[in-house]
Amino acid sequence: MTRFLFKRLLQLFMTLIGISILSWIIITQAPGSPIALTMDPKVSPKIIEQMEKNYDLDKPIYQQYFLWLKKLFTGKLYSFKDGRPVLEKIGERIWNTLLLNLVATLIIFSLAIPLGVFSARRPYSFLDNLGTFGAYLGLSIPGFWLAYLVILATVKLFGYPVLGLRSFVIEGLSPPEIVLDRIWHLMLPASIMAIHGIAGLSRYTRSSMLEVIRQEYIRTAKSKGLPEEVVYYKHALRNALLPIITLFGFLIPGLIGGSIIMESVFAWPGIGRLAYQAVLARDYPVVMTILTISAVLTLIGNFIADLLYGVADPRIRYQ
Amino acid sequence: MKGNGTTSQLKLVWKYFKRNRLAIGGLAIIIVIFFVAGTAPLLAPYDPGKTEVSLKLKPPSLKHFLGTDQLGRDVFSRMLYGSRISLSVGFVAVGISIFIGVLVGAIAGYYGRWVDSLLMRLVDVMFCFPTFFLILTVVALLGPSIFNIMVVIGLTSWMGTARFVRAEFLSLRERDFVQAARALGVNDRRIIFRHILPNALAPVFVTATLDVATAILVEAGLSFLGFGVQPPAPSWGNILTEGRTYIFDAWWLTVFPGLAILLTVLSFNLVGEGLRDSLDPRLRGRR
Amino acid sequence: MTLPLLEVRSLTTHFITEEGIVRAVENVSFEIYPGEILCLVGESGCGKSVTGLSILKLIPIPPGQIVRGEILFNGRDLLKLTEKEMERVRGNEISMIFQEPMTSLNPVFTIGDQIMEAIQLHQRLNKKEARKKAIDMLDRVKIPFPEKRIDSYPHQLSGGMRQRAMIAMALSCQPKLLIADEPTTALDVTIQAEVLRLLREIQREMGMSVMLITHDLGVVSEVGDRVAVMYAGRLVEYGPVETIFHEMRHPYTKGLLESIPQLEEKRNRLNAIPGQVPDPMNLPEGCKFHPRCYLRVEECRKEEPPLFEVKEGHYSRCLRWRECR
Repeated sequence: MTRFLFKRLLQLFMTLIGISILSWIIITQAPGSPIALTMDPKVSPKIIEQMEKNYDLDKPIYQQYFLWLKKLFTGKLYSFKDGRPVLEKIGERIWNTLLLNLVATLIIFSLAIPLGVFSARRPYSFLDNLGTFGAYLGLSIPGFWLAYLVILATVKLFGYPVLGLRSFVIEGLSPPEIVLDRIWHLMLPASIMAIHGIAGLSRYTRSSMLEVIRQEYIRTAKSKGLPEEVVYYKHALRNALLPIITLFGFLIPGLIGGSIIMESVFAWPGIGRLAYQAVLARDYPVVMTILTISAVLTLIGNFIADLLYGVADPRIRYQ
Repeated sequence: MKGNGTTSQLKLVWKYFKRNRLAIGGLAIIIVIFFVAGTAPLLAPYDPGKTEVSLKLKPPSLKHFLGTDQLGRDVFSRMLYGSRISLSVGFVAVGISIFIGVLVGAIAGYYGRWVDSLLMRLVDVMFCFPTFFLILTVVALLGPSIFNIMVVIGLTSWMGTARFVRAEFLSLRERDFVQAARALGVNDRRIIFRHILPNALAPVFVTATLDVATAILVEAGLSFLGFGVQPPAPSWGNILTEGRTYIFDAWWLTVFPGLAILLTVLSFNLVGEGLRDSLDPRLRGRR
Repeated sequence: MTLPLLEVRSLTTHFITEEGIVRAVENVSFEIYPGEILCLVGESGCGKSVTGLSILKLIPIPPGQIVRGEILFNGRDLLKLTEKEMERVRGNEISMIFQEPMTSLNPVFTIGDQIMEAIQLHQRLNKKEARKKAIDMLDRVKIPFPEKRIDSYPHQLSGGMRQRAMIAMALSCQPKLLIADEPTTALDVTIQAEVLRLLREIQREMGMSVMLITHDLGVVSEVGDRVAVMYAGRLVEYGPVETIFHEMRHPYTKGLLESIPQLEEKRNRLNAIPGQVPDPMNLPEGCKFHPRCYLRVEECRKEEPPLFEVKEGHYSRCLRWRECR
């Protein structure tokens, strides 16, 4: 187990380095990058000054990379838009995004797994085929379109406000009503974000279960006289869930990416929205930082998922 | 392993594919969309770029099947031309990603050891980035032209294919026919491309089809954020986006393009999954 | 004359696939008496495993189907029982062990868990008592340090120990019949002998019957009391082991026995039975063995012969059993 851990940590570290290098290359070296901007006579001297401050353009290239890295960790990177430290701007909003993603993830896991397990029990039955088609639908629908349709319906049919963290008019409402309001504002975007994930995970769960059911130890369990439910929900499920743990890590980057669109649609003040606004404003320090942080978070998420898998599967836990 | 074997293998795959009604449905829709894209100039009743302010925001009617947009242009004609954008973005982007993915996967799988480690490390790094955000950033940097969009999507979607191809190569590498070729002195490049690759391609068809679906969704997403194919060129994504402002008054500007995207993406997904089921020998005996 | 513990009558199991119907087991009948070991012997694909699985109704029902027959266990026809009633029989009155202990044990549960499961289910003991019993069983199958091993996972044990654990699991509720499907095939030869010896010991101690499915005639001669030889889904010869080995009356059995190379003789060639096992979807007309049989005549092609009684307790499905020596 420790050997497994150590190997993974080493890989993690190397990947981290790779991420930071790639991030830096993409932003600073691509055409249209800040460096190219400094050559542009139309760009104001103030911006050029900021660029040079941020990117140490007077120093040799490899030093630029390390200095950037250092600035990233010490919070000395400043936004082009309003000069504030990037990390501060991110810090204000990251909890909103995390909250949204957490709720979406919870919705996904709590719906997709039972759906997948249920489908696998009676494969190719009418309900299963219905579920399969539904899953395909969920995978194919453009998220923002669905969001707009829902908003259209909700506003036209019910007249409910849907945007932002909470309704604008909240004075005069009692605390439980305020909480309810907050939850409502949270559930709608989280649910729509979850659709794609539910579709994918339910299919994956289903195929994992079908794979496990074919194994010989399931036949052994039956031969002991165990009732079908026990064979299915104890023996089969436990094995089928193992690979799903690793998926846990993959779900995170998907949600952060999906955040950009959803946060824009619902005017949710999170880092997705910040990222989009930064791209619009060509605010490179913010963009780079968010890109790198997202990648790092994903890496950590995957690492934790692998760790959990190593703990859950006795074949790895006891070598 | 090629020649006769390939044709009969294809027939077998088709036999199982045929049975999957959803997949056949998807294939039919794809053929229709291809046809539409190809004959758009012939099918379109109006010039997609012709503005007629007096006709703006008219609901669907016999004259304008899908209504008109905020500049009086016929939505139906614009949608017909928009299919061209969606399909070409999908196919070119995926073409690029397949090319890179197969190359990387083949080299990593064939040579192994440090080459494999290095390339897989690269794949890991790429996988960590939030793909959509990355695409958005680079397209914003380079400018949202259809070419840039295709290239960037292609450059960020190759990793899945690479992994699959690598896995196939790792297992095929040890097989007898490869040993035989090596013993005969065939050089590496030939072995990779003419001997192993044709047998490793099966999973690539699956990922390619599914990736087209994803690429179309990405383009739509980019359009939604303003970085997709730019108007006045009509793409389903930008018709939707432009219609956003009028969502409560002109529902047809939101519903129809979204429906078109949904249908197209769904078809590719169904065909891709159908292919996957047909190619997997274990799933075959089931129906 | 004691009553048989298990009476299989005309058991017929088919698999319906898209390429055709596989008649895996056709009209098979035999008995197992209390306290004896009946060996079901034949080459791969002859239907012996399917027979074993059919008795416990473990055949996957979509492609498979038990078409007809009766399986009388202590007088009750198992084929007429509901699934719930069958669950009370499995693991309790009739148990089964399988060929591959690595894939037949659930990798995410300890062997203790898997043994205790059956005990708790059928004998209503609480966890502590069940654990004690499980340790006893592990001890009985000669696994050293059972109180430690009980918390091991299958992958932590060697092949032989895993098979013993499986035996412990199957016998934990003292079944009257154990169906053993090639229990030693996947093991090393030395371990094979040990496991067989163990099986024989426990069987005698518990007065249990065993239906031992195997392709290895050596195993049959070692532990079998009676033997049933199967070919292409049918029973071709049936009787006490001593008799069959020395006075076999079916050409297939003869061929099987003669194909075993003897150490004492000097020979240049192996005595293989000419021809090949038929494709189960394309079986020959009449006697299924006739294309490969040295005794065949025109009759053999017309109709499938019935089981002839050679003498009491010894049957053969060959028209010319009298000439077969």
